[in-house]
Amino acid sequence: MNPTPVAADKQGTMEDPNHPLNRLTPEQVEELGRELQAIHDEVFAELGATDAAYIRRLVKVHRRLAALSRIALMNSRFTPMLVAGTAGLSVAKILENMELGHNILHGQWDWMNDPKIHSSTWDWDNVTPSSAWKHSHNFVHHTYTNVLGKDRDVGYDTIRIDHRQRWKPAYLAQPAYNVLLAMFFEWGIAIYDLDFPAVKKGRKSKEQLHDEVRAIGRKAGRQVFKDYIAFPLLSGRGWKRTLAANLTANVARNVWTNAIIYCGHFPDQAYVFTKSEAEDESQGAWYLRQLIGAANIEGSDLFHLMSGNLSFQVEHHLFPDMPSSRYKEIAPRVKEICEAYELPYNTGPFLQQWWSVPRKILRLALPGGGPRPKPGPYVAPPVPAHASGGDALRAPFPSAV
Amino acid sequence: MVERAARPQISQVRRTLVKVGRTLTTPLVPDDYLELLNPRWSMRELRGHVVSITPETPSCSTIAIRPSAPWRGHRAGQYLRVGVEIDGIRHWRAYTLTSDPDHPDGLLSITVKHVDEGAVSPWFTELCQPGEIVFLGDAEGSFAVPEPVPAKLLMITAGSGITPVWSLLRGLAARDGLGDVVHVHCCHDEDDFIFGRALTAADEREPGYTLVTHYRRDHDRLAPDGLDRLCPDWRERTTFLSGPGELIDTFVAHWDEHGDRDLLHLERFQPVIGGDATVAAGEGGVIRFRVTDFEATSDGRTSILEAGEQAGGTLPHGCRMGVCHTCKCTLIHGRVRDLRTGEVSGIPGESIRTCINAPEGPIELDEGHVVIKGTNARSQR
Ligand SMILES: Cc1cc2nc3c(=O)[nH]c(=O)nc-3n(C[C@H](O)[C@H](O)[C@H](O)COP(=O)(O)OP(=O)(O)OC[C@H]3O[C@@H](n4cnc5c(N)ncnc54)[C@H](O)[C@@H]3O)c2cc1C
Ligand code: FES
Repeated sequence: MNPTPVAADKQGTMEDPNHPLNRLTPEQVEELGRELQAIHDEVFAELGATDAAYIRRLVKVHRRLAALSRIALMNSRFTPMLVAGTAGLSVAKILENMELGHNILHGQWDWMNDPKIHSSTWDWDNVTPSSAWKHSHNFVHHTYTNVLGKDRDVGYDTIRIDHRQRWKPAYLAQPAYNVLLAMFFEWGIAIYDLDFPAVKKGRKSKEQLHDEVRAIGRKAGRQVFKDYIAFPLLSGRGWKRTLAANLTANVARNVWTNAIIYCGHFPDQAYVFTKSEAEDESQGAWYLRQLIGAANIEGSDLFHLMSGNLSFQVEHHLFPDMPSSRYKEIAPRVKEICEAYELPYNTGPFLQQWWSVPRKILRLALPGGGPRPKPGPYVAPPVPAHASGGDALRAPFPSAV
Repeated sequence: MVERAARPQISQVRRTLVKVGRTLTTPLVPDDYLELLNPRWSMRELRGHVVSITPETPSCSTIAIRPSAPWRGHRAGQYLRVGVEIDGIRHWRAYTLTSDPDHPDGLLSITVKHVDEGAVSPWFTELCQPGEIVFLGDAEGSFAVPEPVPAKLLMITAGSGITPVWSLLRGLAARDGLGDVVHVHCCHDEDDFIFGRALTAADEREPGYTLVTHYRRDHDRLAPDGLDRLCPDWRERTTFLSGPGELIDTFVAHWDEHGDRDLLHLERFQPVIGGDATVAAGEGGVIRFRVTDFEATSDGRTSILEAGEQAGGTLPHGCRMGVCHTCKCTLIHGRVRDLRTGEVSGIPGESIRTCINAPEGPIELDEGHVVIKGTNARSQR
């Protein structure tokens, strides 16, 4: 169908007749919800020993890599050891935070009922205690995804990420502020999890804040002691190099996670909602909001692994509790649904997705700014001739897969 | 909260080493790395390996298990939770400890009856092989002969419900206490009689032990009105009852009406849905769930789990009767009353079972994990 023309400043809002929430009837939205729920239930009925083996193997890989990198860094006076150790530790920290920590804390592996890989017991290599993060991320962000004023990932006072947020002079600093935030992302999250505005508004007790500050203090203390005191001490004369290596690994992990997370929600394609749009929504509408409020990143299997499969942000938002290793497999079915309902399926290569974020942060640091065009409905790319059954005689045989 | 095995007893030296090592391995513990070298070196959870599987009847086997750390001991009649991993999922079930508390080789045993369509019991009766690893909880339960041992006892059992009574009888025999015990057991026939050979022999040898069998091959189900015939002085006897839910319910009703309820002890194998708030009710209070940020109120008879569900929350749970520990949440502050015993307790940071506790005044809990839009259904089972 041809999009009805609409004034530029109405695009992506409810005044836009092309907004998916306007275009689909309530019945269609419910049907959409049922179809998506069916994918979820099908995968969950299948989960078993193979999935368990995947996550256990990854846990082992991470622990081996972390241990070897730390040992290498104890000999950081030898430059090859320093380089290998820094690289290894950075990769280990990224794996630990993304494919392991983030996903396990979501409860994606809770079905295994294994207390060593469970959201209620897992703690990650990050200054934020997992309990605070489970509230702010799993609950607040995933329930109120991209709802202005509710989802604190969007429109958190310090970042103006949507043109509908009123401009304040303080936003002029947001480009510089964001560079710092990326480098020290874990500390940013820790402060963000404390949710000072909630305390100010009386939604959260002072006692709770006090408990949480103490928990962060304890957690951060242990992390800092490990990375910046204990391991450097164990490196003898190479202590300065080990300290620098550990700092590098932490910053590398921070910058990477920050980039992946920004790419998940802030690209121009993703829709942002107002409170009233998300009020009293049905299960179907909840699914729809998750679907169009997130954006994927295209990449190789290694890239997906290093991004904790958050490169499948759309699938992750639809099914936050589904093991991440299954996202790739269900992605084609989600696309089919998008095509059938003429909905967008937001995706793009890493650099394109990533660049749209700083561009937006820079633009919206200044007053004004309008919406950028939203993508139209997803259309499946034409099937190459040799892949369709019709040209079986010319297709490579046997096929690679 | 996820169901966990017992913590093995570890030496003071090891505890100190772990504490020091943790500064390097945080947020993990040294055991997580030791395990990479040899899984046996990890002491995070009590495991056991299956030593032997001995059939008791065509559909029931005794599984002997060697725990990975010295067993802390138990009282006859207690049960433990056993975890087994089947197709990537760890399942926990409660089984009566049928082994002697002071077994010379430190072995434990459970005696499992096959339940058609069951997830776990068929694994034990059909698939389990020696060498298999299982996870072990601590000994739990208060099904025990009171002290001093009452002069006259009556045991009423049916099917696999015999297991805790088997342990009680062995416990009594070991201390020469089989003074005057009448045991009424109901099952299909001789072949279906778990521990039948040993108990029939005891009936012949022990003057204080009288076995009365009630085979369903020949009779209707065991009903309370048959008691006057099977054991005429049942009213005077301290009675232990263990079997299927319906049997227990009918006998409890009978005791309520015609006997002395205080003399009746029971053990249920199957969950009762809804907490039994029969003990003195407390004051109740407001419950705040911190992670999903909502409040519920209990009148003092309603468990935290039920109150939370009535308020629209989705909370983790399993058996709803205090057996499985799936419903555990961390108490942030406040005190709770155990609905089974009426006992009030609560230290901040303690994990409590929401299905058997009611708030005593305002409390706050950390649910441990978040269930989004009810999509976590599978893990709650
Ligand atoms: C305190 C306690 C002690 C126990 N001790 C023993 C013991 O010594 N030996 C023993 O074999 N079991 C014992 N049980 C029962 C045991 O915990 C399991 O419930 C049983 O083995 C069935 O588990 P499953 O996984 O095979 O069946 P599930 O997958 O849990 O259930 C499958 C189906 O069978 C039904 N069902 C469940 N249990 C029974 C049952 N016992 N009889 C008939 N139908 C059932 C369920 O309602 C369900 O429909 C005890 C339970 C408790 C609470
Ligand atoms: S102990 Fe099983 S639900 Fe509470």
